[in-house]
Amino acid sequence: MNLSMLLDMASDGFGDRVVVGHRRTAITASRLRSLSIGGAQIVRDARADAIVYADVNGPAFPVAMFSAARAGVPLVPLNYRLGSEKLAALAANHPNAVCIAAEQLTTVFENAHMQVWSAGDFMIAAEDRSTGTEPLEPTTEAAAVIIYTSGSTAEPKGVLLHHHHLVNYVLGAVEFGGAGEDEAFLVSVPPYHIAAVANVITNLFAGRRFIVLEQFTGQQWIDLVRSDAITNALVVPTMLARILATDGDKSVPTLRSLAYGGAAMPRMVVEEALATWPDVGFVNAYGLTETSSTISILGPDDHRAAIASTDPNVRSRLASVGRPVPNVELSIRDEAGTMVPPGEAGRIYVRGEQVSGEYTGTGSALDQHGFFDTRDEGYLDEDGFLFVLGRADDTIIRGGENIAPAEIEETLLLHPDIADAVVVGVPDAEWGQRLEAAVVPKPGRSADPDDIRAYVRTRLRGSKTPDRIVIWDELPRTETGKLVRRLALERLVKQYGTKGSQADQKGV
Amino acid sequence: MLLKPGARLRSIGGTVEIIVVRAAPADISITFNGQPMVAEADADLETRDATGEVPAGAVELGKRYADDELSLEVLCVKAGKGELAANGRVMTKKEARPLPASD
Repeated sequence: MNLSMLLDMASDGFGDRVVVGHRRTAITASRLRSLSIGGAQIVRDARADAIVYADVNGPAFPVAMFSAARAGVPLVPLNYRLGSEKLAALAANHPNAVCIAAEQLTTVFENAHMQVWSAGDFMIAAEDRSTGTEPLEPTTEAAAVIIYTSGSTAEPKGVLLHHHHLVNYVLGAVEFGGAGEDEAFLVSVPPYHIAAVANVITNLFAGRRFIVLEQFTGQQWIDLVRSDAITNALVVPTMLARILATDGDKSVPTLRSLAYGGAAMPRMVVEEALATWPDVGFVNAYGLTETSSTISILGPDDHRAAIASTDPNVRSRLASVGRPVPNVELSIRDEAGTMVPPGEAGRIYVRGEQVSGEYTGTGSALDQHGFFDTRDEGYLDEDGFLFVLGRADDTIIRGGENIAPAEIEETLLLHPDIADAVVVGVPDAEWGQRLEAAVVPKPGRSADPDDIRAYVRTRLRGSKTPDRIVIWDELPRTETGKLVRRLALERLVKQYGTKGSQADQKGV
Repeated sequence: MLLKPGARLRSIGGTVEIIVVRAAPADISITFNGQPMVAEADADLETRDATGEVPAGAVELGKRYADDELSLEVLCVKAGKGELAANGRVMTKKEARPLPASD
């Protein structure tokens, strides 16, 4: 079950259909296949054991992915925005790789003794070697992809996804050739994100052309959706907020489906998006790198039912990630590993053919029954909708009480003056940890900490009301919108130390 | 033969190739137009004999075929005219149940 099989099928089934790129720089399924044969030959000639990809997303990315698959070596997409020191450390894990790198990173990888190509040169060389080359018979021994986690909570870990994980993901989610000829998918996530990897293979298998937006701005996204008649798109929450914040006409007449995921989405943003584009079908997808992308989906009908409902339980599902996909088993467990009933929060565990849970160096993290501990906290409602509360590692323990910062952040985001919010646990002599928050006011608004505290206090109990609230211009987030709580905590402690706030002293 | 998920089988009765998606751990024989489907490594295509009678119908690229009693599901990766059978019973085409495009 090599990924090459998916490409062979697409090439057989609809070889002349454009599957990658803008209409004018189009690559058909059969051309992608022949480029992958040439690209695999580059790997073979270099006796390489991996393809490292450290550049913006673009047509070279799917070519690199299928070249690696055909050559039987993993594709290793790296975050090209990391500093050269961090990149060099990751590159050292792959000393025999062929590398496709952005121009400014060439020396970093040359110093790691890699054969370095620009994306353009790699495509030309793959084209040159694509004819007269005997296609390699693809193997499935090596991993298909190695993705390094963003390191938002710890040092980056390499997640191994094997061919059978990704192929099973595609077979479970997508009907072969199921997309109409006019369909086009706009990808805005960078190539080192699992969604970018999944985008390549699901859209190819569906026969849907996909194009990438290399450098995201809200206006460029809207312009590209219009100029390329985009029908489907995927964004992370921060991107959706920026698109909605653009001035002027936001109509996107060709857009049928908009998927979002990658981080928690503020409910206000979803409601605004639904109101802005009433004809678009919204899809909230929840998944992890370790699970080959999506394991739970809130589909278009779920969104419509929730927004139209007067039942607060149904309406609250806009803040859920929907129901698990058919090929994934999901359960919520307490600390002893026992399954808990609906409505009760615990740790989210998953099992399925697409679930890898394997890391470079440390091996498989699956339990003896094949379940993977996502380290996310959450609960299922009576109808099986999954609510994700956040990372277990982010849980704040204040005076023995477990507090999920996400709940307080959601409350802060309902305040009319607040655009973004983070809550962290600061070491405290009396409580073990105490709650502190940083908020970003909406453009043109000012926020008053006392007013905000009072706002939270009327909605949550005192132990969940932050002891200190500070105003910042922006929060530390990764490029894909994940909050980096570690950095927020560092900044708060640096600014105010770990002594109690004035509010504590006043006994508020 | 004992079928493992991921195994690729070729037909010696025609052009069809399949991938096993799901299979119970049991002895199952899959045939295409009456001729056995064999493991990729064992496929001696020289002996391919497509001269037999071809039943009406087609095995379509990208479609799944199943036998629920045998907990068997396969994916067609190369198409052909005729029909697939498991332990002598014709396999049925599974209806598509695609999910909303999430990535």
